[in-house]
Amino acid sequence: MSTEQSVIHDIGYQRYAGVRLGRGYAFRALYAHSLRTAFGLGRGVLAKIFPWFVVGVITIFAAVFIVIRTQTGQAVGSYEEFADGNGLLLIMFCATVAPELVSRDLRTGVLPLYFSRPIEREDYPLAKLGALVTALWLLLAGAQTLIFAGAAFSVDRLGQVWDELLDLLPALAYSAVYAAVFGSLALLVASLASRRAVAAAVVVATFLVPTPVVGVLSLTGSENAQRLAGLASPMTLVHGLGQWLFDVEGTGPGAFGPLYGVTVLTVVFACTVALLVRYRRVAS
Amino acid sequence: MTLIATESLTMRYANGVTALSELTVGVAPGIVGLVGANGAGKSTLIKILLGLLPPTSGRATVLGLDPVAQTEQVRARVGYMPEHDCLPPDLAAAELVTHLARISGLPRTAARERASEALRHVGLYEERYRQIGGYSTGMKQRVKLAQALVHDPDLLMLDEPTNGLDPAGREAMLALIHRIGTEFGISVLVCSHLLGEVERICDSLVAIDAGRLLRAAEVSAMTTARDVLAVEVTEGADALAARLRELGLDPQPDGRALLVPLAGEETYDVVLAAVADLDLPLHRLDQRRHRIAELFREERPAPEQTGREVAGVH
Repeated sequence: MSTEQSVIHDIGYQRYAGVRLGRGYAFRALYAHSLRTAFGLGRGVLAKIFPWFVVGVITIFAAVFIVIRTQTGQAVGSYEEFADGNGLLLIMFCATVAPELVSRDLRTGVLPLYFSRPIEREDYPLAKLGALVTALWLLLAGAQTLIFAGAAFSVDRLGQVWDELLDLLPALAYSAVYAAVFGSLALLVASLASRRAVAAAVVVATFLVPTPVVGVLSLTGSENAQRLAGLASPMTLVHGLGQWLFDVEGTGPGAFGPLYGVTVLTVVFACTVALLVRYRRVAS
Repeated sequence: MTLIATESLTMRYANGVTALSELTVGVAPGIVGLVGANGAGKSTLIKILLGLLPPTSGRATVLGLDPVAQTEQVRARVGYMPEHDCLPPDLAAAELVTHLARISGLPRTAARERASEALRHVGLYEERYRQIGGYSTGMKQRVKLAQALVHDPDLLMLDEPTNGLDPAGREAMLALIHRIGTEFGISVLVCSHLLGEVERICDSLVAIDAGRLLRAAEVSAMTTARDVLAVEVTEGADALAARLRELGLDPQPDGRALLVPLAGEETYDVVLAAVADLDLPLHRLDQRRHRIAELFREERPAPEQTGREVAGVH
């Protein structure tokens, strides 16, 4: 007969003697965590539905692009136009992801847990901003790369792949501009509201309310007013920059092109500074 | 080594409120109770010690480090449990604590292991993959404690850790804090407005009121020196007091009774002999363990509204 007994060994508390990484590592960990949060990874099913719905829709758009191109041999539009065409989708993505990234933390009061750790105040908003901009860029650039892959497999000569790549690269940079403008604006607005639904509504309003202004100006104003009208709304702002840089169609900002460039830089910079100021004050 | 030291630490907020004024105190490692009424400046002190607020004047050191100049080093070695709700409901406890361990600088695998360990130590091992939203208040408090403990700090700062818990939950939380302070070898600063609660688990106590230091002392020194013998006689209390004073004791009238400092067993004999000598009718003779709360009450010149909470719990 066995006299052995199973025993629960309480090994007690073990001190940690391993490495402690510094602020840079903590920043990257927060960035990576936020990027995962943007796509609902590590979250429940509900948090995944919307981001992946957007991913699905944009993938379908890309697939339609590829199919039309391979069937007809004619491209529906340039890579830049693909980015322009998905502005609304980007806004919807911002409206759900930005509140998820910042409003939720404000509401649950989790910030003291971050700020009592070896990161500085500005690290938190910058990591969140980086994550949102990256997520937006991945969304656009991923779809553009998919179109490129489709095109690369349907060309006749290898040289055409190279031409195609030269078309793609500037468009990826253009998508980064979209991501930076939309991301910084959406995150700033969302960081002002702690209720997710309110934050989402305000984000959408920020992007869509100026649109009628642009419409009215570009229809009724003088020629200069028409060319400047795009500055009034984030979507037309980036679009105007694209028209100037890539000479999309003729009705662009014309001589005011550089102004669009400066405005884009100013918007991103101002939003980032405002975000940092916001997090200087919050939950001290 | 001093755990925490402050030197004429003053904190005045922009709106004119003085949260701390000229606070000078030093405490040795161990379990330290920081007691004071709501608004006495406890949370402000913790925020200064964490480098979250720069003091208006004066200086502080935590583990020999300056929280203003060496914020990162201080925070790497300190764990903080805030007073209020701070947990996202849609994350699993294990995931949140792992994430926060990484923000504290632990590599990925170490973070995951220590998160499980910390949750095990607070008694949430089985439940760690459940979403925090479904936890009870007591379990949430334990998650808050686990996230403060996860990176193996040298000092834990707990702001009102028993807030919102039922009596059984309070007992369990206090026992856990006591265990962390004694068995884990981690110093603990426990903030509370309930003195009666923390005095049982603390090695030393710091009491502040309206941003000023009321008293700071080792608990052992406070209790042993302050045990008293209460003597109540039906009549002739004044005569007894005079006689005891002749015998070298220091009786203090307290209502109908006389309180005599208890030096040892012989004090009983002296008092009984004095009562017998004077032939007084002895009504009551008992040893009274002075609660620390009463000591703080003695220190206070005029009991105010804010002070009652500190002193009133037995």
